[in-house]
Amino acid sequence: MIELQGFGDQIAVGAITTIRVATTSLVLGIGVGLCGAMAKLSRFRPLRMLADTYTTIIRGVPELLIILILYFGGTVALTTAFGRYVEVDAFAAGVFALTIVFGAYATEVFRGAIRAVSAGQVEAAHALGLSKIQAWRLVILPQMWRHALPGIGNLWLTLLKDTALISVVGLEDLMRKAGVAAGATHDPLTFYTVAAGLYLSFTSVSLVGLTLLERHANRGVRVAD
Amino acid sequence: MEWHLIIDVLPLLLDGALLTIELTATSVLLGLVIAIPLALMRASHATALSRSVLLYTFAFRGTPLLVQLFLIYYGASQIEWIRTSVAWAILREPWWCALIAFALNHAAYATEILRGGIRAVPRGEIEAAKALGMSYTLRTRRIVLPIAFRLSLPAYANEFVLMLKASSLASTITMMELTGTARKIVAQTFSPYEVFISAALVYLGITFVVVHLFGRLERSITSHQRRVPAENDEDDVQSSEEYALEKVAR
Repeated sequence: MIELQGFGDQIAVGAITTIRVATTSLVLGIGVGLCGAMAKLSRFRPLRMLADTYTTIIRGVPELLIILILYFGGTVALTTAFGRYVEVDAFAAGVFALTIVFGAYATEVFRGAIRAVSAGQVEAAHALGLSKIQAWRLVILPQMWRHALPGIGNLWLTLLKDTALISVVGLEDLMRKAGVAAGATHDPLTFYTVAAGLYLSFTSVSLVGLTLLERHANRGVRVAD
Repeated sequence: MEWHLIIDVLPLLLDGALLTIELTATSVLLGLVIAIPLALMRASHATALSRSVLLYTFAFRGTPLLVQLFLIYYGASQIEWIRTSVAWAILREPWWCALIAFALNHAAYATEILRGGIRAVPRGEIEAAKALGMSYTLRTRRIVLPIAFRLSLPAYANEFVLMLKASSLASTITMMELTGTARKIVAQTFSPYEVFISAALVYLGITFVVVHLFGRLERSITSHQRRVPAENDEDDVQSSEEYALEKVAR
């Protein structure tokens, strides 16, 4: 048995924080991604350009740097705004940064998935007299999920691993707790291995879940084999 | 916001960017060297080979790069036989630790991408090579790998950009690459916006160059597949159809 020297509880708390950050960013990021995809597919040119700029910048800048900009930049902005030193909550800064990153990649995934819904479906929705919102809600979005799921699944796995980066600005997540324990016990090998094992178990469980989700999403679809 | 600061810190950041590029290029090169044999094993029909490589790619793709980096940088010193061996001279240096972690991580992703390319090589090409009496090594070298590389190039270009961005993690183990330099300057000036945005611009610049170069590479190695512009195609079809019609009419 691995000797955790009493740090087991702390590691468990960190693991829960990691999962909380990841799931919060996932939900918010999916929202951002959907808005981004709609902007990219809109007929209004400035909106398209805005979405293009957003995805190009975010995808070309390291996640760590984005986290640093939002954390330290946010601290400076809030300090000037309130006139006294305000420290940004690492959880909020982390979720915000990961949401922005996830949203940029999700925008591309959703854009592709929406375009994969056949044009006939959209035309049929209009022919039936559905309003624009109804067409999105009842026709496009339900059919788009199936195409988006593999891409979003990969992004989720990346997101899960990217949460470790927030430990750099002091979020008490799994990585940070492992680091603290490693420093206190002078046993980094054990604690980082435990952390790696936990991350690996999260991704494994996610992979199983994603397979089931994809199977569910593809029910009734005839696959050639 | 002090805009002039963005320009002022640029020379310092470009110095850091050199290390970023050096680190990325070396990691990708070393990673690719590791990935080629692994991808061949992973794509082989021998289940034991394929499974053992899968274990490696699964472990490295399923854990954060930061954990891998810390395990090598902080963890390796704990193992007695490493500390007393020649390897310690290497594992003591943050540069080597970063390189090893990045290369192993990149190799895991590259292996899976290349495997996809190898599996996608048209069966006819391999059969033709066999029919010509090529040995496994010869047809792997001349047929399978060149085609697999071409097929996986777009995915590989993405992976290269991801490695470039991941190299920023080296700043967490005291390396003064682009992000590390930016963090040092921020600590001295406490103007996070200006300095970090400046660094972000440098990253963006490098990303654009990388994407552009990969685009050119892809165009040049797929030039034989480029078709005559579509308009001409249609014209040709039409004209031959017209010709046939005329013939029938006559």
